[in-house]
Amino acid sequence: MFQVRIHGRGGQGVVTAAEMLSIAAFDEGRYAQAFPSFGSERTGAPVVAFCRIADKEIRLREPIMEPDALIIQDPTLLHQVDVFAGLKKDGYILINTNKSFEQLGLGDFVRDWPHDRLCTVSATDLSRKHVGRPMPNVPLLGGFAAVSGVIRLESVIMAINEKFSGKVAAGNIAGATEAYEIVRAAMEAARGEDKESAHA
Amino acid sequence: MLKQTEGSHAVAEAVALCRPEVICAYPISPQTHIVEGIGEMVKSGELKNCEFLNVESEFAAMSVAIGSSAAGARTYTATASQGLLFMVEAVYNASGLGLPIVMTVANRAIGAPINIWNDHSDSLSQRDCGWIQLFAETNQEALDLHIQAFKLAEELSLPVMVCMDGFILTHAYERVDMPTQQQVDAFLPPYSPRQVLDPAQPVSIGAMVGPEAFMEVRYLAHAKQMQALELIPKMAEEFKTVFGRAIGGLTHTYRGDDAETMVIAMGSVLGTIKDVVDEMRDAGHNIGVLGITSFRPFPLAAVADALRHCKRFVVLEKSLAVGIGGIVATNVRMAVTGMGLKGYTVIAGLGGRSITKKSLHALFDKAGRGELEPLTFLDLDWNVVDRQLERERLTRRSGPAAEAMLRDLGTVASKIA
Amino acid sequence: MSLQPIKFYQTGTFTVGNRLLAPDQRSVQANMKRTNSLNSGHRACQGCGEALGARYAIDAAMNATKRQLIAANATGCLEVFSTPYPETSWQIPWIHSLFGNTAAVATGMAAALKVKGKTDIRVVAQGGDGGTTDIGFGCLSGMFERNDDVLYICYDNGGYMNTGVQRSSATPPAARTATTMAVGAEPGNVFGQGKFVPAIAMAHEIPYVATATVADLRDLEYKVTKAMGLRGARYIHILVPCPLGWGTASQDTIRMARLAKETGVFPVFEAEHGEVTAVLKIRKRLPVEEYLRPQKRYAHLFGKQPRVDTIAHIQSLADKNIRKYKLLEEGIQ
Repeated sequence: MFQVRIHGRGGQGVVTAAEMLSIAAFDEGRYAQAFPSFGSERTGAPVVAFCRIADKEIRLREPIMEPDALIIQDPTLLHQVDVFAGLKKDGYILINTNKSFEQLGLGDFVRDWPHDRLCTVSATDLSRKHVGRPMPNVPLLGGFAAVSGVIRLESVIMAINEKFSGKVAAGNIAGATEAYEIVRAAMEAARGEDKESAHA
Repeated sequence: MLKQTEGSHAVAEAVALCRPEVICAYPISPQTHIVEGIGEMVKSGELKNCEFLNVESEFAAMSVAIGSSAAGARTYTATASQGLLFMVEAVYNASGLGLPIVMTVANRAIGAPINIWNDHSDSLSQRDCGWIQLFAETNQEALDLHIQAFKLAEELSLPVMVCMDGFILTHAYERVDMPTQQQVDAFLPPYSPRQVLDPAQPVSIGAMVGPEAFMEVRYLAHAKQMQALELIPKMAEEFKTVFGRAIGGLTHTYRGDDAETMVIAMGSVLGTIKDVVDEMRDAGHNIGVLGITSFRPFPLAAVADALRHCKRFVVLEKSLAVGIGGIVATNVRMAVTGMGLKGYTVIAGLGGRSITKKSLHALFDKAGRGELEPLTFLDLDWNVVDRQLERERLTRRSGPAAEAMLRDLGTVASKIA
Repeated sequence: MSLQPIKFYQTGTFTVGNRLLAPDQRSVQANMKRTNSLNSGHRACQGCGEALGARYAIDAAMNATKRQLIAANATGCLEVFSTPYPETSWQIPWIHSLFGNTAAVATGMAAALKVKGKTDIRVVAQGGDGGTTDIGFGCLSGMFERNDDVLYICYDNGGYMNTGVQRSSATPPAARTATTMAVGAEPGNVFGQGKFVPAIAMAHEIPYVATATVADLRDLEYKVTKAMGLRGARYIHILVPCPLGWGTASQDTIRMARLAKETGVFPVFEAEHGEVTAVLKIRKRLPVEEYLRPQKRYAHLFGKQPRVDTIAHIQSLADKNIRKYKLLEEGIQ
């Protein structure tokens, strides 16, 4: 089972992101479970959503305590909520930001982390560019597909089409695709670096 | 057809397939998405021949349902927690009048203190009202039980409550197999009531019944639930024939045949329990699960049968009978009287407190070693509790515990030296 | 032989024999073919205003709807005395659910009929003042707001009579009830804000609101008939004296209702979509004392030391009604 935990704030589409991730996995013929952990509706409050992906029925209902991957939609949470709690060793960390991990103050934390598990995407900018709204969730899913390979970009696109329609769907697809490409390129570069440092 | 959808939406679709004629509901977390889903289907014309009413309170919702059902329409509503309590007078009225209303209860805790998260307090507070109460373990079961519920209700002339865990099931996206309209039509015939408000055959319904006949009427209500004990398994068999799935029934066991320890629970927590049981079985423990689907009528015989070979049982319930202990546990104990079993009650998950595999492993281990207390509150923060008890012991001051506890929680606690 | 037209001044009552009126002006009750929806044999007190009002109202409704009528009834005197299990005096489809939900039950009945395409079958809801102005108020307002196709009839006797004459929000000021006893500095019910539900119904701007009394029974029949000719939420509020609760003689029920109207204590009018459209004028105005004196529930206002101030206060409320609803012909004080 692969477990993803998504952190963000109310209004950033965190819950929708988890749902779409589950739809993408379903479209690939897998079992998926997505659910939120939130209280009364409130924009701006910290929100967590979970998504489990597996190849047989998922019976487990507890919140994801030991995620295989983290998607952080709002970096202002980094020093407010313990987003990394229980993260598995060498788990994927995908952050919505145009800063680097060092600039976010996470340099020490990820010092020995494999570079191809760490990923930043300017998802809010991509969303503004393609959809005209600062909604980082969809581009981040494209980035997640690229960094983890757990789902294909095509599945993310199918999920987008199920949730949205018309121009909004088209914009979201463009945003997710561009994020995918950016991350894929970054991962190749990162793997190149790792190889080099391994040889050195 | 396989779908990946939200539990609420799956239920909304299933209810729509049952050709409801009147739907009346008042919003309350976490049932809102169910009613919104159906409302949209009616408004867009997708669900035809259905009147959807936005009512002004839950009491109104159940009352509108009573009028509608008495006039011969297949009627549905949904609520949770405070809303269920607000309509209690009408809930009893509906079962007393034998009206086959189906209601979803999106299980949620009851205040004070106000809490919107999941536990079973709401449904179980109404365990004696005469409604049939079915608890769903998964979203598949939730949607399927609604289809069974309409047939069961109309067959017996008794209302049915389908209970599904708020947020955990209602707001979870998972895979479901949605039946077709043809399948549902094959299973569920149109509603044709025996007694109905019809000018062609006038009848007076709801007269005051005095001491000379009241006991007989109440006995008959009980007898009807005894009939339901027979009918519910039959319904599940029929359902399997039409839909190809084993869903519903009174109870089900998991790896229970040779279990020394049996864990008993209702609702979605059964999924987590089954994962833990698998891991414990791999480690050599003889442990199994009994899931109760029909809480009312309570399947005394089926429970006794499932526990007949075990040594001990643990009832894990998301409910608390304040002043005595467990609710499900006391019902289970009635079933196993005289069987010489050791029983443990575990109150867990109240107000949405997560029930984790880790905690369950430790709990079941302890049970296996015979080290559990008769009554356990799972994952209780004894530090906070003890400090509050000490505070109450030192100062005679009445008032809500939640507010008094604030000194030990959150930012206030961190500021106190 | 010359013909002289004869004026019948009391054509609004039943003192003029129906045979002297044109057939379409005759009352429903005078008709051999009336439905007797609330049949004889019920257990109401002698002189019960509610039984009288209900009989006239429901027969008129049955007549107007060609007998396609189903009824919801609140808990209360009417429900209790009309259905002494295992008997019932109702000859129409009838359901009693709870005390405070009658409007909602009726809403449900109307919705069921609508979805089944049986819109020729109409729905009437009945309740006393307790079940309507107090505990049933929320559901009533909801029904108004949705404009559900229900005629709600409130039988107002100013108290919770079936449970022993307790005070409701419809109990008039200074009246003695079991929970507003005639003791202390201010005996009887308080002079509160009042809660005149017909005015509240008008504020919802529903298609039809009317008040009536059992003194003008033909007027009552007319109003029910008119209401059943309309669709949507309709409300009729009928003043029905209760001999037991009011402490009046059982043969004085109709007279007491007339006095309530003629003093201005109870305004009789019709309104549509929030505006008054017709008023049953006061024929011969009387001071409120004439109305209060025969009722034992006001006995504490009279006697050796009459409470002149209280009576004057009640008079001022009647005066206000007269002004507000224009209950007097122009030019008459």
